[in-house]
Amino acid sequence: MKMEHYYFSTDQLQRLLDNLLDEGYRCVGPQVRDGAIMYDELSRVEQLPLGVTETQAPGSYSLNRHATQKYFDWANGPQAIKPLLFAPQEKLWQSAQAADGQISFNTAEPELRPVAIIGARACEIAAMKLQDQHFLQQQYSDPFYKSRRDNLLVIAVNCGHPASTCFCHSTGDGPFVEDDEAAADMVLTELEHGFLIAAHTDRGEKILEDLGLDGCHQQHLDESASIRARASIQDKQLPQFDIKSRLLNELDNEAWDSIAETCLSCGNCTSVCPTCFCHSENDVPELDGKSSSHFREWDSCFSQGHSYIHGITIRSNTSQRYRQWLTHKFSTWHDQYGRSGCVGCGRCVTWCPVGIDVIESLAKFGGDAS
Amino acid sequence: MINAQHNPHQPHEAIIVERIDEGADMFSLRLKFSDPKLQDDYEFEPGQFNMLYLYGVGEIAISIVSDPEDSHIIDHTIRIIGRVTRGMANLKTGDRIGLRGSYGRGWPILEAKQKDVIIVTGGLGCAPVVSAINYIEQRRGDYGRLNIVQGVKHSADLIWKSRYDRWRQLPQTRVFLTADVGDALWPWHVGPVTTLFDQMEYDPDNVTVMMCGPEGMMRAACTQLLEKNIASSQLFLSMERNMQCALGHCGHCQYGSKFICKNGPVFSYDEIADLFSVKGF
Repeated sequence: MKMEHYYFSTDQLQRLLDNLLDEGYRCVGPQVRDGAIMYDELSRVEQLPLGVTETQAPGSYSLNRHATQKYFDWANGPQAIKPLLFAPQEKLWQSAQAADGQISFNTAEPELRPVAIIGARACEIAAMKLQDQHFLQQQYSDPFYKSRRDNLLVIAVNCGHPASTCFCHSTGDGPFVEDDEAAADMVLTELEHGFLIAAHTDRGEKILEDLGLDGCHQQHLDESASIRARASIQDKQLPQFDIKSRLLNELDNEAWDSIAETCLSCGNCTSVCPTCFCHSENDVPELDGKSSSHFREWDSCFSQGHSYIHGITIRSNTSQRYRQWLTHKFSTWHDQYGRSGCVGCGRCVTWCPVGIDVIESLAKFGGDAS
Repeated sequence: MINAQHNPHQPHEAIIVERIDEGADMFSLRLKFSDPKLQDDYEFEPGQFNMLYLYGVGEIAISIVSDPEDSHIIDHTIRIIGRVTRGMANLKTGDRIGLRGSYGRGWPILEAKQKDVIIVTGGLGCAPVVSAINYIEQRRGDYGRLNIVQGVKHSADLIWKSRYDRWRQLPQTRVFLTADVGDALWPWHVGPVTTLFDQMEYDPDNVTVMMCGPEGMMRAACTQLLEKNIASSQLFLSMERNMQCALGHCGHCQYGSKFICKNGPVFSYDEIADLFSVKGF
């Protein structure tokens, strides 16, 4: 796929949305809700967070007005693409028992309506690729995730405004979308005036053609390159030691206990993490007793029940749970999926109610090598 | 559209052909898929497990104890311990249940042929190794000397006395029973399983060890057997963790880089040695 860049003026955003809506897409995009930038139903450009930006720090997130008039001049909010593909709760199947005791099973129907997400960031695309690996590319493929994934159109926006909690440049996942596998259909870069846009898939190319865009000028490309260079300067970075092997060599380190003294084991980090995949399954019988629905919903390795087995809780304390999470994310994930499970989005840092910073946690295990 | 064949989460109806009370809060269910085609197509190996579904309550992972070459029936021995097993215990012959499987990697039962075999188990029943013992019993000539070491906490916990008596009668087979706490009528050994290892007969260069039970017991057993020059690659352990999906997706059974439901539940000591000595994984 040739990735030709086109110039896309701000007043064409509404046309893009209209075209997508006309084609039957449910459009989802960023907007201010509950004091944060959230993904929600989108039909009008006015819903986008024009001139809004945000400040993030460990345990803190606040919205501010921005001097420039840009739509996407903010770093990621609490959600990623994850809830659109791996639903927070969904029915997998239903059972019914007849009077003679026979049990019948019916599969739940997955969501089939095409969805277009506008505004996804490079870190979210990287996380989506990891969830694709987990849910689609192993021994079993999940039909519910697959149906949503096949029906998802991704319009990414390169990040020009990383937060102080972001470290995507250090994990190699951002701030711009490096998309060899064409996981995003289109990628936008917001300039001072207007956008650059490029299609990564045939589907994206078709949508661009319908807009009848003009080619871009060298000055647009230069501006994009300087946005990229600026956004790549991030104070926060992964520590330089070999995290993968070091963590597994430090399982008895007292630092686990010292982190656990602060950690509430609340699971906020795993809820906002765009790669965490743990979920529990529950059967919910109807009140008349004639049928029962089997659901899955997000779970967290920080919950009491996560490691429960016949009367024993394997990870009974917070220290063990934090160690499970960190060693999985940064160490054993490599063995499972060929890379770290962290995409540098910094959500776990921002949304931790007590401000535990994952980079500081990792640094505790650096010892002399850090 | 997903049809049931393509929704790996969905169980299929099975009939309880027989329910057997095993005593000591244990019971066995002999199952058969209602759909004869599913029953015909069903395959498993000793050490693998199924997901059993109790209508309106939920699913649990249970080891399969029947013979893989008997295509007529699928046997499970279950201990009453939680919400699902407590409800399941009330089912009777002829009742219906949900079933999906088989899942995971079982014992290296074919690779163990012509070798001596040591089975070490602790606790009640220990269904995963019972499947291996049954398999060897049916093909006794294919295996070398068989040592079965069963430990229980209290002498009262020993179930299936008659089964041990039957195994003791097999050629080239020795059965060792021990209780951590004995009583006046306990005729066998008192002490941990490892104190019986000196009495076993086997060739350390040509033996396969299969064990299941509490991890503390398995840790002690591995240490002792390694000292007796059995290769770590020949020690196999059936591991247990919370399992909810059995498809390698839900994350509960992760053990370091392994998913116990799909990479296990049976592992060689080599594969898990790194974490096996650490609490909390």
